[in-house]
Amino acid sequence: MTLRTSPEIGGMGHSLKRKEDARFIRGQGKYVDDVKLPGMLYLDIVRSPYAHANIKSINTEKALAVPGVLAVITGETLKEYNLHWMPTLMSDTQMVLPVEKVMYVAQEVAAVVATSRYAAADGVEAVEVEYEPLPVVVDPFKALEPDAPVLRTDKEGKTDNRIFHWEAGDKAATERAFAEADVTVKQDIYLPRILVASMETCGCVADFNATTGKLTIWMTSQAPHAHRTVFALVAGHVGLSEEKIQVIAPDLGGGFGGKVPIYPGYVIAIAATVVTGHPIKWIEDRTENLQADSFARDYHMTAEIAAKKDGTMTGLRIKALADHGYTDAATQPSQFPAGMFSICTGSYDFPQAFAEVDGVYTNKPPGGIAYRCSFRVTEAVHALERMVDILADELSMDPAELRLKNFIKPEAFPYRSILGWEYDSGNYEGALKLALETIGYDDLLKEQVEKRARGELMGIGICSFTEVVGAGPSKHFDILGLKMFDGAEIRVHPTGKATARFGTKSQGQGHETTYAQIIAEELGIPAEHILVEEGDTDTAPYGLGTYASRSTPVAGAAAAIASRKIRDKARKIAAHLLDTNEDDLEWEPGKFSVKGSPTLSKTIQEIAFAAYTNFPEGMEPGLEAVSYYDPPNLTFPFGSYICVVDIDKGTGEVKIRRFLAVDDCGNIINPMIVEGQIHGGLTMGLAPALFEELVYDENGTPLNGNFMDYLLPTAMETPKWETAKTTTPSPHHPLGAKGVGESATVGAPPAIVNAVVDALSHLGVRHIDIPMTPDKVWALLREHGVTE
Amino acid sequence: MIPGMFDYFAPSTLEEATRLLEQHGPDAKLLAGGHSLIPLMKLRLAAPRVLVDLNGVAGLAGIEERDGHLRIGAMTRHAQLEASELISDRYPLIADAAAVIADPLVRNRGTIGGSLAHADPAGDLASVMTALRAELVVVGPRRERTIPIDDFLVGLFTTALEPNEVLSEVRVPSPNGGSGGAYVKLERKVGDFATVAIAVQLTVRDGTCDEAGIALTSVGPTNLRARQAEDSLRGGSLDEQSLRAAADLAAQEAQPAADLRGSEEYKRDMVRVLTLRALRRALERATR
Repeated sequence: MTLRTSPEIGGMGHSLKRKEDARFIRGQGKYVDDVKLPGMLYLDIVRSPYAHANIKSINTEKALAVPGVLAVITGETLKEYNLHWMPTLMSDTQMVLPVEKVMYVAQEVAAVVATSRYAAADGVEAVEVEYEPLPVVVDPFKALEPDAPVLRTDKEGKTDNRIFHWEAGDKAATERAFAEADVTVKQDIYLPRILVASMETCGCVADFNATTGKLTIWMTSQAPHAHRTVFALVAGHVGLSEEKIQVIAPDLGGGFGGKVPIYPGYVIAIAATVVTGHPIKWIEDRTENLQADSFARDYHMTAEIAAKKDGTMTGLRIKALADHGYTDAATQPSQFPAGMFSICTGSYDFPQAFAEVDGVYTNKPPGGIAYRCSFRVTEAVHALERMVDILADELSMDPAELRLKNFIKPEAFPYRSILGWEYDSGNYEGALKLALETIGYDDLLKEQVEKRARGELMGIGICSFTEVVGAGPSKHFDILGLKMFDGAEIRVHPTGKATARFGTKSQGQGHETTYAQIIAEELGIPAEHILVEEGDTDTAPYGLGTYASRSTPVAGAAAAIASRKIRDKARKIAAHLLDTNEDDLEWEPGKFSVKGSPTLSKTIQEIAFAAYTNFPEGMEPGLEAVSYYDPPNLTFPFGSYICVVDIDKGTGEVKIRRFLAVDDCGNIINPMIVEGQIHGGLTMGLAPALFEELVYDENGTPLNGNFMDYLLPTAMETPKWETAKTTTPSPHHPLGAKGVGESATVGAPPAIVNAVVDALSHLGVRHIDIPMTPDKVWALLREHGVTE
Repeated sequence: MIPGMFDYFAPSTLEEATRLLEQHGPDAKLLAGGHSLIPLMKLRLAAPRVLVDLNGVAGLAGIEERDGHLRIGAMTRHAQLEASELISDRYPLIADAAAVIADPLVRNRGTIGGSLAHADPAGDLASVMTALRAELVVVGPRRERTIPIDDFLVGLFTTALEPNEVLSEVRVPSPNGGSGGAYVKLERKVGDFATVAIAVQLTVRDGTCDEAGIALTSVGPTNLRARQAEDSLRGGSLDEQSLRAAADLAAQEAQPAADLRGSEEYKRDMVRVLTLRALRRALERATR
């Protein structure tokens, strides 16, 4: 993409340093826990040690005797206000505080309000709860057996633990494709339960003013407007009214999908401020964050591919079981209980496919959130990219060759997949060929042959993924009925500087920089003179928030459209100033000039001043615009990743020697930020591939709900990432851009698994479930007679 | 992650510290680097009523070689061991271990005395001191005594220290010529406790093994001395076959338990693999 603006303007394609970093690197960011209000009280939460138990009694006497403790809130307290249950974003129901029973370890049981954080913690320890343990359901397969205890006894008439059954595709036609196939392959694949583990935990400060009736909530929210509307709907009956609810999401230390759900703690804090009249601060500690907040993945899949002898893939079938915990607190669009899992045909031209997912209840924390994953795309891509390698192994074909053979061809776009998606643009073979060439694939294959002869274990893995981001067209996408558009409001001030407000909320993505660059691109106002504000529902235009890589595809488009509205008005003013016709004017970023007379021109700054001082008769003064953008389609970024590993035969340790990511996210706003997004995403893909898994024992107790045992990679475990790109613009996005925040999280894990399996394939190993820990790899090595 | 209430004392002399211990008995805990104790208190798994902070006590930190011993003050930080030229020149086993204890943040605060007195079998330095046959100097209100490391480590989180005693110094016999050591650690990620780690110290004279120290981390209720493995090497030639035999013996002597780091079988095999690697490296250092 050629640069249309100078570095001084800093429009699209410039690697501007991030405006927000000035405060972040100086420790001057302002997060929820930095909010301190006069008279503020502290809330801490009593949590269940049982995964499933009746609550016999809660004795608060000793807790109330702790110095500094002012109140203990229980489910009974909230029941008086009918606030003990609330809806999840999937229209399921979730306890705020329990009245009858608890459903998972670490569930909120009661809340203590105190004058200090220490007193609150002492109060929590002093609350006495008597439990009567109930049979626990941990295994989602057992949850569906006929004799399994029914967990959701609160749901009248519920006789099993199934939440939903969802399917996509033509089952019978896919069966025929399998019956007629030369070759079929099948594999069970599990994507374990993992956590977003963002640097900042969740929390809020809730402040209700009884005189004005205004409730202000500083909260860790990726979707401030949606959250405000939910609060208004859920608590309207106790007198909260939407215009008097102000949700402020200040600086956020990461979100990754984990700050989309509404956690009970927020609601308890709101109840507590309304009841006490004091501001209430609730901040989770790390243990609570890891043990109680929403999880991601936890998909048990069985995947199959049908193919001809020559490698042409003719059918795909995937059956999945989704463990949602005790309530479906996923954050998918409401028509998509399994998210966008039906993107599972990926980068390949499958003539037939069928996918089905069953959601089940278990005694685990609720969720199913899209952790840096555009609604179950990670699961779909993992299954598919593993199966392609398994098919290559079955056919003794090179996995790169098999992919190239089956890719959707560049000329086939826009491409309609058999499961109903219309891919906007792509060039899959371009990306894979660049990756193969850049990493030196042929030399690596030769090296592998030599190493195998010496008994050394080396593997090369490929993943060619297609992502689907930017939800989304209102026809299909909503959360609790709220359509997934997003808003941008731009005000150009008299001196030619601008303030822009958005319904999205950056959690580290760099919106203050990238949105400014979009407006700079469209209006020629230097990005440094465009102030971007987000996260305050009193000032920002409505929008559904930031998750699922939707900010650039949706809000970024809104910024472009609003800018163009401003430019249209600016053209009229310029024509007035230059005493000419609009049609006689030419635009280049930053100024209008008269065609053929380039010296006769007006800069955007001059035009802005005129908008307030010298506007044409009959024209409204000012230079502002608002756009609410409802995208016509999603965007489909893609890429090809190649990973090279070496395996220690003695210990089973996997060492990533090289990792190359070739990404294509269409036109790029800020190359440096995109590269940063990819580096972060790759590291978040490395983590589940080799380290992360939330493990429960048979009682439903988490065995690694802390950072000593829930393993996140550090710089020491992270390889040097190599990146490259191709550019295939989106034809429908105003800037030709696509989302990129999640591509690497989606694409990295299968590349790493494929490399490790490749290193062991000559031994007969075909699949390994992640995380590929040293003990797991060691067991496979010893099983196949390899030792040191 | 909020600790309960406790009293805090910061003595400036050892006498004052032991007096405070005597006064408060089992309610008191010594605070050294705090990287084990403070997290336990924040999780409310430990709730001492009294903390006696050793960080202000004079004369408890330092590294020097004197009278045939390396003397390391109990409040010497892991980072100081890591940075010491004396240690990297003459005690490679300690240098290896100091560089892989937890992460730099912990190493900047954590102390050798705190690590040994905590007696976590996953601690690295207790294995190192076992392989080196160190002695520990312990000061009480009325007497000072010296305890061999094997007698000091009693069991899981249990040492021979009396409630009123403070560990003040670690003494390691200075090496003669022909000595070499190595510490090899397998961890899931940097900062993790060892899945298995092995400390080896060898003394070689005229091609024969004069003395062998082999200790195992994270595979028993305490850091374990692999006695049979040591015995098998002592007096013999250190060829590949005898190293492999010793590694096999060490694996048999280990008492691993399954956990998230792996099965009992895996850990036992890791003792074998890592002992062999540590023996090879120690031998290379002893004979170069």
